[in-house]
Amino acid sequence: MQRSFFAKNPSVLVFLALLAIFTLVVTVLSEGFGMGFISTSFIKTLGKTLCLCLIAVAMDLIWGFTGILSLGHFAFFGLGGYMIGMWLMYERTRLIVVESLSQAEIPPTSAEVVDAIGNQIFGVVGSSEFPLVWAFADSLFLQLALVVLVPGILALVFGWLAFRSRVTGVYLSILTQAMTLALALYLFQNDSGLRGNNGLSGLQNLPGVTASQDQVSLWFLWASAFALGVGYMIAAWVVSGKFGSVIRGIRDNEARVRFLGYSVETYKLAVFTLTACLAAIAGALYYPQAGIINPAEIAPIASIYLAVWVAIGGRGRLYGAVIGAAFVSLLSTWFTGGQAPDISLGFYTIKWVDWWLVLLGLSFVLVTLFAPKGMGGLVDLWTDRRVPNRHGADLGPDDGALREKEASE
Amino acid sequence: MRHLLIAIIATLLSCTGAFAQEGAIQPVLQNHQAAIVKSSRKTIAPAIDAIASSGVPQAQQVLEVWAAKNMWMRKSDGVFFIAEKAEDKTYRLTDFDTGQTIDGVLKADLKQIKPNSGIRAMIGTALVRFQLMDADKDKRQDALTSIERDPEAAHLAPLRASIDAEPDAGLKAQKQRLERLLTIGYDEDTQARVDAILEMSGDLGVDVRATLNPLMTTTRAVSAGDVPQGLNIAQVLVPGKEDFDTEAAYELLVKENLAAPRLSSGEMRAILAEHIDGGSIAGVPVAQMNTLENRSKAYASLAAEGKVPPLVTDETIQAALATHVFYDVYSEPSAEVTDAAQKALNDISVNVGMNQALDLTLDALSLASIYFLAAIGLAITFGVMGVINMAHGEFIMMGAYTGYVVQQIIPDHTISIIVAIPLAFAVTFAAGVAMERLVIRWLYNRPLETLLATFGISIALQQLAKNIFGTQARPLTAPGWLDGAWVINDVVSISYIRIAIFILAFIFLGVFLFIMKRTRLGLETRAVTQNPRMASSMGINKDKVNMLTFGLGSGIAGIAGVAIGLFAKVTSELGSDYIVQSFMTVVVGGVGNIWGTLAGATMIGFLQKGIEWLNPSNTLAAQTYMIIFIIIFIQFRPRGIVALKGRAAGD
Repeated sequence: MQRSFFAKNPSVLVFLALLAIFTLVVTVLSEGFGMGFISTSFIKTLGKTLCLCLIAVAMDLIWGFTGILSLGHFAFFGLGGYMIGMWLMYERTRLIVVESLSQAEIPPTSAEVVDAIGNQIFGVVGSSEFPLVWAFADSLFLQLALVVLVPGILALVFGWLAFRSRVTGVYLSILTQAMTLALALYLFQNDSGLRGNNGLSGLQNLPGVTASQDQVSLWFLWASAFALGVGYMIAAWVVSGKFGSVIRGIRDNEARVRFLGYSVETYKLAVFTLTACLAAIAGALYYPQAGIINPAEIAPIASIYLAVWVAIGGRGRLYGAVIGAAFVSLLSTWFTGGQAPDISLGFYTIKWVDWWLVLLGLSFVLVTLFAPKGMGGLVDLWTDRRVPNRHGADLGPDDGALREKEASE
Repeated sequence: MRHLLIAIIATLLSCTGAFAQEGAIQPVLQNHQAAIVKSSRKTIAPAIDAIASSGVPQAQQVLEVWAAKNMWMRKSDGVFFIAEKAEDKTYRLTDFDTGQTIDGVLKADLKQIKPNSGIRAMIGTALVRFQLMDADKDKRQDALTSIERDPEAAHLAPLRASIDAEPDAGLKAQKQRLERLLTIGYDEDTQARVDAILEMSGDLGVDVRATLNPLMTTTRAVSAGDVPQGLNIAQVLVPGKEDFDTEAAYELLVKENLAAPRLSSGEMRAILAEHIDGGSIAGVPVAQMNTLENRSKAYASLAAEGKVPPLVTDETIQAALATHVFYDVYSEPSAEVTDAAQKALNDISVNVGMNQALDLTLDALSLASIYFLAAIGLAITFGVMGVINMAHGEFIMMGAYTGYVVQQIIPDHTISIIVAIPLAFAVTFAAGVAMERLVIRWLYNRPLETLLATFGISIALQQLAKNIFGTQARPLTAPGWLDGAWVINDVVSISYIRIAIFILAFIFLGVFLFIMKRTRLGLETRAVTQNPRMASSMGINKDKVNMLTFGLGSGIAGIAGVAIGLFAKVTSELGSDYIVQSFMTVVVGGVGNIWGTLAGATMIGFLQKGIEWLNPSNTLAAQTYMIIFIIIFIQFRPRGIVALKGRAAGD
């Protein structure tokens, strides 16, 4: 009997409906629409949060469902941002340069225009030549293709190397972390061709768009919400079918799946590359809203925070990842932005700007120890899902398997 | 020149003939009275030479007094004296030769001799020969140092003369070495210079290279037709070959005024803009000026009308280059000397290269021992227990901060280090045990979650350190006896701190091996590692062993923190700087084996230094390449250099 995709996954419909309602409400209340209850900067924060939710979905797919704790997905996120940032920066600089050169008595040649753009962009790192990586920066279409292609190919090559030599578990985590660190260190150099630690800036200004930031921030919010919706559906579709069963099997006991005749490496590689592409799309939407990207964004610590969000939200369920990313990143913005009230203990005043990370670290440890289901586990209370009582006997095939947590009566 | 020589000879003759027997300097001064009074840099040389080479003992005093502007002349008879200002605005004169004094001379009767700075420098040079023979050893040393710093041809003769009489063996060797170097640079006899160069070839001293390198300086020159004769040519250049491109060649021609300068696109643009005539330039509309072809066309028409100089095209450049010859010419005229210097420099560079390799090896060993120190605690927790501890770097940081706090309380650096090492061990041991009891033991079956939970502890600890100690770096000062470096020669040297860390790493290795192979705890740890359930059946308390092992690993991280803090600044990010390298060390070396960790640390240390040597300007790139290399290395040996075999390998 063939039931429809949505019938099998009611949570997808609920999620999409909530996302649509959220977007609609925020749009109506925004400055760009006219109500003005929500400031433009907060619209941007919400738009960025949606992008973070998308990469959290990708992270949940690779970690919660396939069991690969990748500490490198923010590298793909950042690469996506760099790819779109190159076009934004090139095009905007080109418009400015053409404008200023047209004041001259003699119209500029195209070579002069390119030279002037190079001077503008690479002046900060003491260069004026366009490096090879900027070869396609003048074409929006090619750069958009590169947003997916560059991280995708990097993930494909890295994943192929890692999986074929059967690097698993914590080894793989450390290896992905090393990859991220290598990429970040490489981009920190001035001669890497991407402006070293200055990064790319001014990305919030769309070239050729005269609308105010109030409007632009709304467009990006819609685009981010749309991308999150589509990404969520793709992820839900991937995990719902036979493919989903296989990757869950790989998570819980890789050797058994291999003995059953499945090509474990191919499955892992497919998920790794797919999630890298999702992460890159999230990054390409995130950085035009943030306005600036630099190599510090790619540092390994960012990818670890990503794992923290997913763990707090509840891994192994897609909405858990979204809840975790939204909750923790918004809370983090609230605390580190200095908006949280200080607590006076008489002898010492707790300033949340200083103590937020301590609180986050400790609460993360507590979640890991006492609430492995994360915040998503709260949904179980509401849907009244009961865990089978097996009187202490193992259900899962392996000690660390998640099957136990997913089982229902 | 001949004039000068005659003057010197005449002076010498007159000195030896007439006055020297009497031992008086005044007649020499009188001989050159006019020059001395005139005080011109151009004419003073014979006077200084005459005084310096008079052989009269007072000569040194005269020169010193003269340079200090204390020499005055009595106007009535032109005799020179040392003058001192007395209290009643009169002057007291002292005769150079007899030492007799005359009091109460009015200033109007006297003329002060004021040598300008150029003359004072010449006097200083002349004084060197006296200082080189001075009875005071320190003065001789000073003279040598000043010659070394600023060698001149004039120093050569007095230096040579002073060698034989030098009583101090050390100074004599120094003088001989300096004499060789000055010979290379300034001797008039080519053969003597070549001999000196050959004698010094292969010497590692920086001073030798500093002497030889100026001999090899070349200037790039161009001339029409053939290479001119009589020049010491280093090489003849062909434009467009090797690193001498046609652009550079043409630029040289322009610089020597042998060709017309080429127009840059900006200059052409400016010239064209000057000739806009009613919306077009030479008949071409301005709007079409956005391609290079149209601009060249317009410019060519302008040139044809004679309004602008003709355009320098590629053909004219080629023609100009073909009629000229380019070459590098040595500033040193003697080919024998430059050949010998080239050969000596080659020998030196081979020698320097070998010594640099030795230096690099020492550096790499020192880096390897640092990585080993940072990784050994991790090797215990990760390797032996299979627990991944992301907070390991923060334990290193805690150790370093413990050292800092101890130093605040105990000011004596030696005692504070001795106290800090066991205290750091105790602090981090306690922290490790607490962490194992509270967190890790609940997660033994879930390694990925251990990773994340310990990461949570890591960010909390890091922020806590930031809140307590602030973000600025705190100093952890090494004791005085660890300052400085062991210098083997001008190329090879290593600081004492690094030697101490190297020794400390070896002590750790010994302690670790002793605990694992010779103690009850080690035996039990190995048993629990290999088969936990069987070990429990044998009556081993698994929990206790795990707790102690984890504490041990953490404690060693604390001691490593003290050691690392001695040469790096103590900040809250100290640990995270080392954590990835430490993991790399353990993973590359092979989990669960101390020799593997040693091999991994050695490999990573040598690798990093090797890459840095290939690309010294860029340590960031070095780290990138190293990580990429490690990722590739894991492909071929996924279980590390020293892989465990059999059941202990797990899976």
